[in-house]
Amino acid sequence: MNETIKPGRSWRPSRFKPQSILNTLGLLVLAIIAIGWAIPMLWAFAVSVHPPDEPLSAANLWFGSHPTLANYAQAFEIAPFVQYYINTMIIVVGILSVQLVTISLAGYAFARFNFRGQNLLFFLILLQLMVPSSALIVPNYSTIRQLHLFDTLLAVMLPFFGSAFGTFLMRQTFKTIPRDLDDAAKMDGANWLQTLWNVYLPPARPAMIAFALSSISFHWNDFLWPLVVTNSQNSRPLTVGLAVFTQLGEIGAQWPLVTAGTVIVVGPLLLLFLIFQRQFIESFLHSGLK
Amino acid sequence: MTLRPRASIARTERRFRFGTAALPYLLIFPTLLFVTVFTLWPSLRVVYDSLFLQNQAAQTPQFAGAQNYTALFDDPAFRQVIVNTFVYVVVTVPLSVLLALVLALLLNQKIRALGLYRLAFFYPAILPMVSAATIWLFMYTPGYGLINVFVEFFHMPSQNWLGDPNLALIALMILGIWKQTGYFMIFYLAGLQGLPHDIFEAASLDGASTVQATRHLTLPLLMGTTLFVTTIAVVNAFETVDQIYIMTGGGPNNATAMLLFDLWQTLFSFLDVGKASAISVILIVVLLVFTVTNFIYTERRATYE
Repeated sequence: MNETIKPGRSWRPSRFKPQSILNTLGLLVLAIIAIGWAIPMLWAFAVSVHPPDEPLSAANLWFGSHPTLANYAQAFEIAPFVQYYINTMIIVVGILSVQLVTISLAGYAFARFNFRGQNLLFFLILLQLMVPSSALIVPNYSTIRQLHLFDTLLAVMLPFFGSAFGTFLMRQTFKTIPRDLDDAAKMDGANWLQTLWNVYLPPARPAMIAFALSSISFHWNDFLWPLVVTNSQNSRPLTVGLAVFTQLGEIGAQWPLVTAGTVIVVGPLLLLFLIFQRQFIESFLHSGLK
Repeated sequence: MTLRPRASIARTERRFRFGTAALPYLLIFPTLLFVTVFTLWPSLRVVYDSLFLQNQAAQTPQFAGAQNYTALFDDPAFRQVIVNTFVYVVVTVPLSVLLALVLALLLNQKIRALGLYRLAFFYPAILPMVSAATIWLFMYTPGYGLINVFVEFFHMPSQNWLGDPNLALIALMILGIWKQTGYFMIFYLAGLQGLPHDIFEAASLDGASTVQATRHLTLPLLMGTTLFVTTIAVVNAFETVDQIYIMTGGGPNNATAMLLFDLWQTLFSFLDVGKASAISVILIVVLLVFTVTNFIYTERRATYE
């Protein structure tokens, strides 16, 4: 099959232009870079099934003589990865659920109400977009201490319950919905909550999904804040759990074990990405801001 | 419809109006509460705390004016942190944005296995940085790490990448570029797909070559994407911390310590609240210009889309 599109005699004459050489060269470069990009993950996969009793060396760098799942079994034994997964999921779902409520309410208020101080309040909320949360770990850590929430899942979630980006996104989306629909619902006797639920939220679904995916991916991957406010396996998410795992003295440089731990953390994520590649990429595009 | 007495209508209306007057404030209250407690108030508090000495030696805060700041800038270690951060930003941002553009241009044609290429370039973006850093810690292992295997293949000497003060920051930069280029690439791909076809047809009819069309049409038309991607890249680069924690701990010899890592270390290793607050203020001020640009761009995109 490949033969037919080779720059051969019977194919398009345009193929002879210098551009086609450029294209072929471009494709070659592209392929080389792509392989280079893929190798770190492929290598980590391979080494994670490398037999633990066979030392890694320049001559024996990949799967080893007989691939095994022993490293995975041992990784699960040493570190509570299941607990870490549960923690991460509670954190991610918890943050998102509260956010969806708060941003819908606030977005609705800013889109469809006129009230005194509206612009000032909107501006104050938007300041959250301009001050990175990671730069505020010093005072926020002491707030969490004062609230006696240190080393709890709530401590990891609390600072993110209000979202300026989400509020902004919902306000923009709600503004595109015709006011007539709103008025018609009110005429029918719907109160504000029914109006919000039946008129505003259904058309805002794509925006909410985009927001949800960006929120999930941000908090799934977040490291510094949970590192600061957690101190036990009861509240540690996967990211901090993996860091603790790789730095355990007993593990040292047992790379098959370390890579198995890494694959445990990223495997499901990669699998989901493979299945929903298009949705992932689109949501990244739509959200823009992390 | 039944007629109601006038007074009752007036009462309902008044109640309705009162309800509507308070309602928007109630609706924004939860958001405003969390933003106030975890963004607005702490922003003021870091500025305030940065003016006080508060550390192991001074348990009760003592007013110190700009002393924390002058102490920081007098400290060669902190000046090194500033230099590291700026070098990292100035190198990784243009390189990854440029590479992302090149990859997008190469992928924006009819080629086979497009999905596979996109997957290869984009997957690092979805990995948590901690996992990516763990993998790259392994890549840089002295002896049999793949980077050294690769280097030796070209008959160059094997290196202790993360242990050599001259190489460690470069090693982190390579990881940074690998991790985020695919993410920027998809913005360029989307930008390319949104370009108007007729302009390019006209250019091609006028005898413009692909190179000319790229230089004079594609690149200017993608300026918006470039601005957007660059501001995200700059903000992310200034916030680099996870991989430093995992791979180098800021070493060797402070060679890879950057602002956010230094902030964390000042607070949790040196327990110096005053200095850590001063570093926070510096970080916020440095980032402000980029976050504001990013915000204005997002608003414009949201408004005109």
